[in-house]
Amino acid sequence: MATRQITYLEAVREAMSLEMRENNDVFILGEDIGVYGGAFGVTRGMIEEFGPERVRNTPISEAAIAGAAIGSALTGMRPILELQFSDFITIAMDQMVNQAAKTRYMFGGKGKVPMVLRTPAGSGTGAAAQHSQSLEAWMAHIPGLKVVQPSTAYDVKGLLKAAIDDDNPVIFYEHKLLYKTTGDVPEESYKIELGKADIKREGTDVTIVATAIMVHKAMEAAVELEKEGISVEVVDPRTIVPLDKETIINSVKKTGRLIVVHEAVQRGGFGGEIVSVVAESEAFDYLDAPIKRLGGKEVPIPYNPKLERAAIPQVPDIIEAVKETVKNK
Amino acid sequence: MMVKTLKLPEMITEQKLKDLYKEMWLIRYFDEKVDQFFAKGLIHGTTHLCVGQEASAAGSIAVIGRKDKIVSTHRGHGHCISKEGDVNKMMAELFGRETGYCKGKGGSMHIADVEKGNLGANGIVGGGLPLAVGAALTSKMKKEDYVVLCFFGDGASNEGSFHESVNLAAIWDLPVVFICENNQYGMSGPVKEMTRVENIADRASGYGIPGHVVDGLDMIEIMNTVHEAVEHARGGNGPTLIEMKTYRWKGHSKSDAKKYRTREEEKEWREKDGIKRFKETLIDAGVLTEETAKQLQEAANQEIENAVKFAESSPEPSLDSLLEDVYA
Repeated sequence: MATRQITYLEAVREAMSLEMRENNDVFILGEDIGVYGGAFGVTRGMIEEFGPERVRNTPISEAAIAGAAIGSALTGMRPILELQFSDFITIAMDQMVNQAAKTRYMFGGKGKVPMVLRTPAGSGTGAAAQHSQSLEAWMAHIPGLKVVQPSTAYDVKGLLKAAIDDDNPVIFYEHKLLYKTTGDVPEESYKIELGKADIKREGTDVTIVATAIMVHKAMEAAVELEKEGISVEVVDPRTIVPLDKETIINSVKKTGRLIVVHEAVQRGGFGGEIVSVVAESEAFDYLDAPIKRLGGKEVPIPYNPKLERAAIPQVPDIIEAVKETVKNK
Repeated sequence: MMVKTLKLPEMITEQKLKDLYKEMWLIRYFDEKVDQFFAKGLIHGTTHLCVGQEASAAGSIAVIGRKDKIVSTHRGHGHCISKEGDVNKMMAELFGRETGYCKGKGGSMHIADVEKGNLGANGIVGGGLPLAVGAALTSKMKKEDYVVLCFFGDGASNEGSFHESVNLAAIWDLPVVFICENNQYGMSGPVKEMTRVENIADRASGYGIPGHVVDGLDMIEIMNTVHEAVEHARGGNGPTLIEMKTYRWKGHSKSDAKKYRTREEEKEWREKDGIKRFKETLIDAGVLTEETAKQLQEAANQEIENAVKFAESSPEPSLDSLLEDVYA
């Protein structure tokens, strides 16, 4: 496959555009996604190609546009809903949690809701407490939803195609600090199956399971630690629902040590679930050190840049955690 | 012939009027039966009965076609029956049986018949309005030419989803008819205390769409008004907000002592019974006689009795089905 370097943001746009060229049932709706190009510019240029019917600029009505996506999905369309910030899912919560997630089950297996809710998550932009959260654990808690957290441009393109093709409601969290990162991405369409983790770096001493931007921080930490003779394996689940338990368990069996890192507040975060999966598995017997979790501090995301950085795990925190975990190696 | 004496939409034939009369009794008998079973503890969970509100369901749905769709509410048994719902499957669902509409997993508040265009009852007040907008969006984008009737109550009209949905349907000229069944109370909250305007339909002007107030017990007025709104929507002119003034004879759900209203008020509304009124209209027009009316009523009663037998003799879902249908 011919590849070239594009950004994570361009990969989102490219995946949507390829699907929209292939399938007339796929369309996008969201606030300011028309000529403005969306809050982060993801849909820039799309209204010019696909027109205002298929790139639907909506009023600021998160509940209604989420419900419109669900209702259109239930009747044969494959909508992609863009919410400007993942924090705004709170305003669409009834529709996503009580309607989209449960419709099929409540109806006894009749009807399906093939939709994708795409939305940027995470801190690091100085947007403070209401525009910087990582709320993926809420969604992962709801049977009926799937939850995707891509960390690279390559993964974005393949996972977004899989999400659009999926017959269930999928929450697709894009990390806003990753939008400008670049990676090798094939030009043609390809799919990455939901529920397949990716070992981003192989190692033997410790497994770090990291999501979204924390994959990159874990990779940076791994490079530093290698200089000190510590071999780190970085596992990126890519989708937390469904979760590729097997890859995580096998990695822990190999390394005997586990650190889970995510940006979301540690208390009640998805890391607790990953840790439990390992603790309840045969990998438990292979553990040579206590499991560690690194997550966001129990605070709203603050405005000041120094405080904002301190609120979530950083590379030195990961390095320190690894050293502590491997000290009795 | 009667059709000359009653001003009605074209598709409402003499036979259709007779069918509608029977349908109203089907709705009433269904919910009366459910009420009895709850009282006896033969059905568990909860339910919301539409006894007294038969006309708004039957009259509205009478003027749409098979390809058209409805979005219903927690008080949705009547809507389902009117949209060609199968009373056997409905009763079986209330009994929690495998043969029910939702295989016993949904219960009263989640009965849907997607194939027949019933996109479902809804346990969330106001939860269905955005879904109706989405279904109407599909009609427009795929040029499927169907119209969506979106039922909701006076209570839902104070939800944010009402505002967002009506506005969205209005700006996109979507083929949806918003039908507010104002039964005077949101659970115990009197509409007069919870809403400042006299009519909920008065809010239509705030969205730049037509609004109508109709007597929700008058089948003829309901059919004509909804028909006009459906034509308006099908012509690409967007939504209409119709308010139907009606009354639920029973409490909000089970275990409602109805302390928030007087027995006198209940009596007044019961005397305005929509079924009785429709019968009188049809007899005056020569469509029904007392005798044929009685036969239709009895046939409805029999269908509900049969539905009970069907439900009672149906199997419970197997425990193996617990985890089925979470994902497609």
